[in-house]
Order: sequence, then structure tokens, then C-alpha cells
Amino acid sequence: MIDYEKALNKAIKDMKPSGIRKFFDIAQGMEGVISLGVGEPDFKTPWLIRKEAIDVLEKGKTCYTANSGLMELRKEISKYFERTIDTHYDPEHEIIVTVGGSEGIDLCIRSMVEPGDEVLVVEPSFVCYCPIVELCGGKAVSIETKAENEFRLTADELREKITDKTKLLVLPFPNNPTGAIMRREDLESIAEVLRDTNIIVISDEIYSELTYSGRHVSFAQIDGMRERTVVINGFSKSFAMTGWRLGFVGGPHQIVSQLLKLHQYAIMCSPTMSQYAAVVAMRNCIGDIEKMKNEYDMRRRFVVDAFNKLGLDCFTPQGAFYVFPCIKSTGLTSADFCEKLIYSKKVAVVPGDAFGACGEGFVRVSYAYSINHLKEAVKRIGEFLEELKNGEIQ
Amino acid sequence: MDQLIELLKGNARLSNAELAVMLGKSEEQVAQEIAQLEKDGIIKGFTAIIDESAYDPNSVFALIELKVTPQSQSGFDEIAQQISSFDQVEAVRLMSGTYDIIVEVTGKNIRDISLFVSQRLAAIDAVQETTTHFGLRVYKDNGIIIGGEEKDERGMF
Repeated sequence: MIDYEKALNKAIKDMKPSGIRKFFDIAQGMEGVISLGVGEPDFKTPWLIRKEAIDVLEKGKTCYTANSGLMELRKEISKYFERTIDTHYDPEHEIIVTVGGSEGIDLCIRSMVEPGDEVLVVEPSFVCYCPIVELCGGKAVSIETKAENEFRLTADELREKITDKTKLLVLPFPNNPTGAIMRREDLESIAEVLRDTNIIVISDEIYSELTYSGRHVSFAQIDGMRERTVVINGFSKSFAMTGWRLGFVGGPHQIVSQLLKLHQYAIMCSPTMSQYAAVVAMRNCIGDIEKMKNEYDMRRRFVVDAFNKLGLDCFTPQGAFYVFPCIKSTGLTSADFCEKLIYSKKVAVVPGDAFGACGEGFVRVSYAYSINHLKEAVKRIGEFLEELKNGEIQ
Repeated sequence: MDQLIELLKGNARLSNAELAVMLGKSEEQVAQEIAQLEKDGIIKGFTAIIDESAYDPNSVFALIELKVTPQSQSGFDEIAQQISSFDQVEAVRLMSGTYDIIVEVTGKNIRDISLFVSQRLAAIDAVQETTTHFGLRVYKDNGIIIGGEEKDERGMF
């Protein structure tokens, strides 16, 4: 008999499964559920990109690529960084094509964190940072952002959490789940706090193309910050390419050369067909990003307005495709709210505390759905709130 | 304006208030723009998209190609307008290629359409030739997928 308890790593056993998953499982088991839960675009990958992958398969270009990715693609990514965030990364030594943005995050944390190190994680945020930090024996230290600051990180909040053990800061903007962004002046004040420290910043910018007010600004753009920043980005959200599993990192070569070793041993290289297709995405499909963004923007306005009218306070997010309404007025916890909503009205949303304890009192609503779908969901949520108020829902 | 038209094409029942929110405009502005589009003849009307085969399984759709002798004064216009005036006709278009006019018709049954072709269309002097194609199944109409809608297979991540 194998003693699996003994066989498995304690850190893995202690790791909690993602809180998003639970509601997905409930939704899966029910008929007629309207979901507002997804974290990926409802658009299909633009046809030119899909066609390129088909062509590549027909030609049988199915071998490994260089560890850090096709040179052709790295050059396009380098141009992309210059165009979008005015920052130069050398395609030879400073860019890796990763298996989604997720792998980039994993590479950064595992390449830098040692037991006892502290990693500052801005919360609410995507679910993957803390578990990886803990797997490395590090300590994830949450920095809670607040609705009254539009969920932006402030210099004071950051300063308070820095100790002599702090090694990394995870800066996830535009933010999933809040939709918050950091403007240039916000980043500048963060930079002032970090300037004389040795803290490295992982800037997870996977939603950068979905910025609705002005242009996205990267932390790497702030004066003197490039040397301490690893920028994570990818094709999933911008080009609606989630299933292609393709992201990229850009950073100083001293860091990237180390990340590359881990990537080389763990992954070898990102999927070849996806990489060829991504070259086409970068060269020919920038216009598609704009079209999708405009569509998201209309939905964003619609959903924010709808939730505020329903009496669930909802700050106007400036990025990503989520709104993060406050449900405290119902007197329910996030988990209760989501559970009652799905069982009584068959609408699935994600409890805010799945993204960090400070997300309690909020729910994440995705608007990566058609307007008609969103309208129906909002209608049902309105009925739910009414019935809740009248005591018809227990 | 383009965005307004796209939204209305997707769902003409969105209220002016909803459209205003989505477009970041005032309700009055939206009402005014729609009125202008109607006045300019860009918006011709608002209609429901019906899956005829679900509504009446016996109904039949036909595309009828017509070869027409152009008239000395009016060319094809007069004939096309005459055909357009029949109630059962849904669309009439002047075409390039091997025939001149294409007519879209929905009838209660095949006999209904046959009678329409033989007694109405073929009876017009200028019509030299008709070819009738009956529809077998609709997959998409007016930009809407009819039957076999794609299932949302996205998970929650």
C-alpha cells in the first residue's frame, strides 16, 4: 500500500483549490444557468490567426522552437513593447515566449523566492500568486486595496508592508477582478517607495490592451524602474487566444537569463503552432484588438450602470472585463450571495474573497458576454435582490 | 453613429436609455440620432427575426431568379417595383451576372409559391425566364444563427 500522505509535498497538500472553481462546478451541474463567471473573451480568435495555425500544421512545422521562442516572434514582441509601453527589450536576451502569462508568473516567483522571503501581493487579484510563493517556502503578504481608492495601490499601503525580507512586489494591473488600473502618477509614487530598495516588481499586464481611459502605462516605463521590473503579458486576453497558451515576459537580461533555465527544463518551448500564429497576430491583427475593446467598453458601461441602478455600488472599472460590485448592502457574505443567487436565479458570479480576503463583500462579474446575455442576467439579479429584500429567499 | 447602428442591428429592442448608457451619450442624443437615421432613410424599420420553420413547419422559402427585358424609359426599375408590391415578396434585388433580378418569397407551401411564380411573375410581359430555388434549411438569417446555436464552453477561471 502506498502512503500517499507521505508521498506528496506538504506545501501542495496544504494548497487550497481556487475559489472560482467551486461555483463553476455548481453551475456545471445545473440546467439553464446564465454565467457571468468566465475569465476569458467571448470572441473567437481572429480568423487570420487561426488560418496561420492551420497552414503551419499543413506544412508540418511541428518541431520544437528555440527555448525562448521563435526569433521572429520575439522580434515582434520587442516591437510591441516599444510601441505600447515605450520600453526596449532585446529579443535575443530579454524576452521569453511562455505558456500563457501564467507560466511567466510561475517562472518569476520560482526563480526569485527562497524560503523566508516575503512577497507583496496586491489584492484582490488573480488567484495564482500566493500558492506559488508558498510552494517556494516564501511568505505571501497581502496588500489590500480599497474601493474608496478605486482599488489602486497607494504608496502608503505599500510602504507599510515592506520589511527587510521583502523580495518581490506583484503588481497586477489592469486588475482581475476589480478592473482597476494604475495611472502614471500612481505608478510614480510607487516607484518612489521602491527606488532605494532591492525589491523586484512582477508587473502582470495581461489585460493591458483592455484599458478604457487613456493609454496603458507599465511600471517598467517609470523612470529608473525598468531594471527592477519583469513585465508579464500575453495573447490570451488581447487577441482572444486563451486556449493557445501563449504569453511572454520582458525584463532585464540578468533576470531573464535565469528564468530561461527554468523554462528550458520545465517546458522546453511554448507550442510551436501557437507561436507561428502569434506572429500573424502581432503583424496583422492589431485592428481586431480595437474592435473587441470597443465592444467590451459598451458592455462595461451597460453593466456598471445596471448594478448601480440595482443598488449594488459599483465603481467604474477602467480596465479588463470585470466589474466588482459591493454586495454588503444585502447583509450577505460574498459566498452566501453567490450561492443563493445561483440556486434561486441560476446566475453564476464569483465571490470576491476568491481573490483575497479583502474581496469579501464584493462579487466579480465578467462582461465577456453578449449584451442580450448580460441583460437577462441583470434582470434576474434584480429579481433576486427584490425577493431577498422581501424575505422570499432564505 | 456606426456603433449605434451595430447595436440596433444586434438587438433593436434595446431602449434608448440602454443605448445611451452603452454609448456614453444622453438619452435625448440617442433619440435624436435614431430619428435622423430614420429621416435619412438609413433605418427603414424595426422587425422581428422569425425562424419560419419553427413558426410554421409547412412554410416554404424560395429564391427566384428572373431574366427581364429592360424597359426603354425605366430600365429595370418599374418591373422591380411592380414585383416589390406583392405582399408575399420579402426582398427584391437587381443583380449582376447571369440573371437580372432576384426575388425572395416565403409561402405557406410549395403550391403557394408555384402559383405566385406562374400567375404573378411569369405573367409580367418583361419577364423572359424564371428559375425557382426552394430553401431546404436555414442556418443563419439577418446575422442571427438559426438553430444549432453554439454552446458556451468556457469554464470559470
